[in-house]
Amino acid sequence: MSLEAHLETTRVAYDVHRVRKDFPILSRKVQGKPLVYLDNAATSQKPASVLKAIREYYESYNANIHRGVHALSIQATEAYESVRRRIQEFVGAREAREVVFVRGTTEGINLVAQTFARRRMREGDEILISGLEHHSNIVPWQILCEQSGAKLRVIPLNDAGELMLDEYEALLTQRTRIVALGHVSNALGTINPVKQMIAAAHRKDIPVLIDGAQAVPHLRVDIQDLDAEFYVFSGHKMFGPTGIGCVVGKAALLEEMPPYQGGGDMIKSVSFEKTVYNDIPYKFEAGTPNIAGVMGLGAAVEYLTAVDHLALEAYEHELLEYATQAVSAIDGVRIIGTAAKKTGVLSFIVNDVHPHDVGTILDREGIAVRTGHHCAQPVMQRFGVPATIRASLALYNTSGEIDALVRGLHKVKEVFG
Amino acid sequence: MSDLRSLYQEIILDHNKNPRNYRAMEDADRSLEGYNPLCGDHYTIYLKLDGGVIADISFTGSGCAISKASASVMSTVLKGKTREEAERFFVLFHDLVMGQRDPAKNLEELGKMAAFGGVSEFPARVKCASLAWHTLKGALEEKTIAVTTE
Repeated sequence: MSLEAHLETTRVAYDVHRVRKDFPILSRKVQGKPLVYLDNAATSQKPASVLKAIREYYESYNANIHRGVHALSIQATEAYESVRRRIQEFVGAREAREVVFVRGTTEGINLVAQTFARRRMREGDEILISGLEHHSNIVPWQILCEQSGAKLRVIPLNDAGELMLDEYEALLTQRTRIVALGHVSNALGTINPVKQMIAAAHRKDIPVLIDGAQAVPHLRVDIQDLDAEFYVFSGHKMFGPTGIGCVVGKAALLEEMPPYQGGGDMIKSVSFEKTVYNDIPYKFEAGTPNIAGVMGLGAAVEYLTAVDHLALEAYEHELLEYATQAVSAIDGVRIIGTAAKKTGVLSFIVNDVHPHDVGTILDREGIAVRTGHHCAQPVMQRFGVPATIRASLALYNTSGEIDALVRGLHKVKEVFG
Repeated sequence: MSDLRSLYQEIILDHNKNPRNYRAMEDADRSLEGYNPLCGDHYTIYLKLDGGVIADISFTGSGCAISKASASVMSTVLKGKTREEAERFFVLFHDLVMGQRDPAKNLEELGKMAAFGGVSEFPARVKCASLAWHTLKGALEEKTIAVTTE
């Protein structure tokens, strides 16, 4: 079957034009041209249902949670806790109390580093991450290394941007105290074989944290199947609001961990002599949380749950194939990151034109891409480039938008001769 | 296309492709690094001073067309100028890319630098244009810590 025919078949199962109507921002113009939003790995757009959930909370039951006996507080608390249960189902956690609300993936990784990992770390111990990581899954571990005298070890990449699994096995040593690994690379789109990698770590009794920020918008995640000790993700990359995310952790581990921050809501009783901490997950949710964010995240989970996931994954895969062929056919374009398994991320460079100049020219065409190091400087160093142009796809992107990107890239070549 | 041409003027494209004074200077009196952590633009400016005069100026490094052309044009403008003149050019250039000086009305004074008049309409690119100039200023002030635009 031709690619066009393939796309047509997928279109039958997955109606992208109907999906687009759910996202109000997609009808706006930029520089007088229809917005072509291809920066989804940075943050995704929000469907109307997410915006409505946030608005409804503020308009009709805004109150603090876990405190008041009044109607609004009870309603807000119930709504807040029902989102926790929805997330439990969404990622397949065993219990709702395994879901801890945090500001996002970054805070989640810092939480695990400072409460779970720090107590286990002795001088000379090792923390194993990969060469694909986002800075948010590098720097918290470097801080922990400084605090404890532990050493950071890094799983290398091959030229396609895939982790080298033999090297990984060799790097799992008696000193390895934790493996922290991205599920999907934000810079290249590589999907790591995390289930297999978690199993390898577990054979040596090493716990694993998975940074799922780039996975949850695209893949069905089953935490029990993966068996990670901690799975961390953000709301805003999966069509929810900014400032909210989750750490999903095994209950037994969460229970033995000390609190991350002290304050209200994370305690059972406080006196100047002794304070008793609350149960999980509340022990990790000090202070008034981002309640509106939780409501928005709940709506985002509902939105993603309603999508036919097999059709979506097939559609996104076809769209990536289409984009890869169209962009790599342009003279002087080199794609960085050609893993066999990828989500919709196309990182590339244009010969003799700096990515920022490409970004500016594309912007004038209404096309939003990310240019730079994508908070993954070690990945850039691995491929010997200071920066790339990254087009990252989401469930509302179309082949017509890829065509617009290609036209924009031809304009780049026109300007730079 | 017209607004893009106002940013990527011929002078800028030419200096990007064939940067002038693009070399390390072994016997420089002063050199200083400048970088833009957000974009990754990264240059070193070298100066040879003869009393109060910039006897020679060169640069190395990499970055976008705007930043590279800016460093190149700057080097051609400042060679042989006094320190005071260089400071005067710094202010001129700064005002130009911040949109506070109309290139059309100051053509004589600005010379080749007028090519950067379009930058003010691209706020995200002002830092690219001014990186080399800030680095130069740091070098003249005998700074030893790398200059950043953040």
